[in-house]
Amino acid sequence: MRVFLSLLRRDLGLLMPGGSGGSGVLPLLFFLAVAMLYPFAVGPDAALLARTGGGVIWVAALLAAILPLERLVTGDLEAGVFDQLHVRGVSEELVMVVRLIAHWLAFAPLLLVATLPAAALLGLSGETTGTVLLGLLAGTPGLAAVGLAVGALTASLRGGAALAGLMVIPLAVPILIFGAGALSRPDSSGILLTAAISLALCALAPLAAAAALKAARES
Amino acid sequence: MQAQLIANDIACRRGDRLLFKGLTLACEAGDAVHVAGANGVGKSSLLRILAGLLRPFAGKVETSGAIGLVDERLALDPNQPLGKALGFWEQLDSVDQPGRVYGLLQIEALLDVPVRFLSTGQKKRAALARLLNSSSPIWLLDEPLNGLDTEAQRTVETLVAEHCEGGGIAVVASHQQISLPGNRTVSIGYFS
Repeated sequence: MRVFLSLLRRDLGLLMPGGSGGSGVLPLLFFLAVAMLYPFAVGPDAALLARTGGGVIWVAALLAAILPLERLVTGDLEAGVFDQLHVRGVSEELVMVVRLIAHWLAFAPLLLVATLPAAALLGLSGETTGTVLLGLLAGTPGLAAVGLAVGALTASLRGGAALAGLMVIPLAVPILIFGAGALSRPDSSGILLTAAISLALCALAPLAAAAALKAARES
Repeated sequence: MQAQLIANDIACRRGDRLLFKGLTLACEAGDAVHVAGANGVGKSSLLRILAGLLRPFAGKVETSGAIGLVDERLALDPNQPLGKALGFWEQLDSVDQPGRVYGLLQIEALLDVPVRFLSTGQKKRAALARLLNSSSPIWLLDEPLNGLDTEAQRTVETLVAEHCEGGGIAVVASHQQISLPGNRTVSIGYFS
């Protein structure tokens, strides 16, 4: 538990906006920029914006989740942090679970807050905004999990960051389908499915990421 | 529990190349070993194998006791002040009083300096401070003298001698001369 808390404090210090290792508020600004540009591109048709705005927010959130991946694992891998943790008997799986939690905390809550101004810019109704928020709450842990696994897999590759972006997109499609799909359904089944996918991804991603770290060490 | 490190008939392969084979090393409490050899023969790889970070191509490594590793990678966040970066590891190693070691290695004045501004030698001192604070019985030092001035090099030799006197084990890979207690040297050559 002591190890868990020490790791979490360090990871949060690095990844949170204002920390030294993360990408700060950039993903957030990117997310808001997309929501702001969309009405410029399609015109001020309020009905069209209200109908498509929820989906745009989802796409923006997915793309914003890719931005922090570049430094998520690479920096510590190059600096030998994982090696030092390994000789201290700290398992890679634990390290990656903590990294997943810190990564989610660093980008998702702020993204949810930023959804409100984005929804206002797109003229979404209160009900739609609520569905988008619930969907993002259910889907962002899954996005973080996919991002972590892909970030760890590509950490030791040259040009890994660009590859990570490409690899996240297909893996995130199920979350997008059910999360954004919930907007066009009267019940909450879409959100529940999104949450289920997120749970499965959060359970698997640390194992995959840990295996990637071990493989990177042997290479 | 007595510290112990036994490597039995290990071979190391990196990529397609066999770096060395048939290397046997047995260390009991109080032993120090100097691993010598030219650049690229596999000194660092041997240390990584002993640390459990690399699987040996053949053979087996058995250790009892915690391992402390100092290699060329610092594992300190470059943007953080040194004191804070070291603080994370001290927390992890449950160190009560890290300060004594700082004085010994003369890094007290550097604690507020971001790690990326430190010189090679200063970084090495910081890594050694972390090692001392971790109080692990088995030390694996990869080129510990690199970048250190003459005075600090003597300090390292003294530290290793004290460590071994206290029942510790030290395996030091270095292409430089280093006087260790017992003067035991293992030379790695190609296919040794």
